Amino acid sequence: MSRSDAYITGIGQSEVGMRLTRHPLLLTVDAVREALDEAGLSIAQIDGVSTYPGRSPALLGFSPVGADELIDALGIRATWWRRRRGNHASQLGAVVAAALAVRCGQARHVICYRTVYEAAALARPDEYPMQRRDRVDGFSQWTAPFNALSAACWTAQYAMRHVKKYGLTREQLAQVALTDRANAMLNPRALVREPLTLDEYMSARMISTPLCLYDCDRYTDASTVLIVSAGDAVDEVSCTPIRIAAMAGSVERHSWDQAEWMACYPTGADLWKHTDYTPSDVDTVQLYDGFSFQVITWLEALGFCELGEGGRFIEGGERIALDGELPLNTFGGQLGAGRLHGFGFAHEAVVQLRGKGGARQIAGDPRVAVSTSGGGPLATALLLARD
Amino acid sequence: MRTLPRLDADNRAFWTGGKDNELRLLRCKDCARFIHPPRPVCRYCLSENVAPEAVAGTGVIDTFTVNYQKWHPAMEVPFVIARVAIDGAPGVILTTNIVGCAVDAVDIGDRVRVTFEQQDDVYLPLFEKIA
Repeated sequence: MSRSDAYITGIGQSEVGMRLTRHPLLLTVDAVREALDEAGLSIAQIDGVSTYPGRSPALLGFSPVGADELIDALGIRATWWRRRRGNHASQLGAVVAAALAVRCGQARHVICYRTVYEAAALARPDEYPMQRRDRVDGFSQWTAPFNALSAACWTAQYAMRHVKKYGLTREQLAQVALTDRANAMLNPRALVREPLTLDEYMSARMISTPLCLYDCDRYTDASTVLIVSAGDAVDEVSCTPIRIAAMAGSVERHSWDQAEWMACYPTGADLWKHTDYTPSDVDTVQLYDGFSFQVITWLEALGFCELGEGGRFIEGGERIALDGELPLNTFGGQLGAGRLHGFGFAHEAVVQLRGKGGARQIAGDPRVAVSTSGGGPLATALLLARD
Repeated sequence: MRTLPRLDADNRAFWTGGKDNELRLLRCKDCARFIHPPRPVCRYCLSENVAPEAVAGTGVIDTFTVNYQKWHPAMEVPFVIARVAIDGAPGVILTTNIVGCAVDAVDIGDRVRVTFEQQDDVYLPLFEKIA
């Protein structure tokens, strides 16, 4: 193990559901416990905590558990922590920050977590109120006045450009939802485990054209934990360490309308500048799919196909199936496994690289995986490898 | 009812120009480029010599979506959300609504002209197709 590298060691996940009643801090503790058990670490060995986006008081369900609270609740003696979004883009930016911290010797084992409680918060607004503001400012003022109130509307406009310029079809887009759902049915923790057919997809109601109901993830309650460990500390863990072989992130304008293309494009291209691996070395991709269309953009961005070719690349679904040449979102993605908000993709990459996928384990001896988060105005990509 | 922006020194010219039927964008007086969203510094040359200026108010639909989801119960659907590239201001794109036509009559590349909708002290720049 190289001292200068960072590794993902323990991983954990709470129960995944909708309208859960278990306290969101306890969901987080459940995921931490599982990650510690897997790694054979004790809480006394944890000296760092990193999260995204930090406690969100105006929208508690979106992010109910702050790093400070978790540190206090678990009695962690932290030498390094990251309370807020910090300087690295999107959800898995919390892992990037932790990796930098352990590489600089600021911590040895960092708990990275993402806890979501959006379904529960919506069901119990008295306990988890949404702060309503009379007026919007910042980023939102350029979209909200036009009733472009959801990322679905913003993403849909990029998708429509693919439809009109590159001939993306709904049948192609459907392959993301169908693949996700087929994989989710093999994942005991997936949120949605009923089958989905192409007919059901094609007749689903539209949300924002060309995106229909099945192109959009749904509110979920869950916590996911990834422990990032320093190269000179991995001999303390009992699970197979997974090396963070490369990481990239970008934000250009933090805007859904001023950028020509989404942030996944520069991020995907940058990832390969940090490694000798190439896309042909990758055994599986776990690509952010808050909306199905984002998978298509990530595949293009990462160089698995050319700009505009993403739809044709996944046509028919064989290539991205569990037994295909490039298995996609083997846990079900966010469309099947639930809106774990970015962390599910890195969690699953580790599961697959360790051969622990059970019924959904891909064949062969997978050694290299890509996982991503975001991709709109913010993006992060991780290349993970088992040495 | 639409969600309105909070007006401040940076954005007031943009959101109130409709009172005089003008679409006003911030322009750098040194390098002549337009800056949006408005900020007190030019993102191209870092000049602070920036001021609002009226543009023609026409543009081209860069992309769009027809929104069917009621994001709140009172919302009337469907309606068109679009990104409009503003004529004479290269690089400036506004998210807006295309109004005055059927939702299926909108396409990328359509030419559009601004029309303002007033709500309280805000004049929202919406766009309609140029016949």
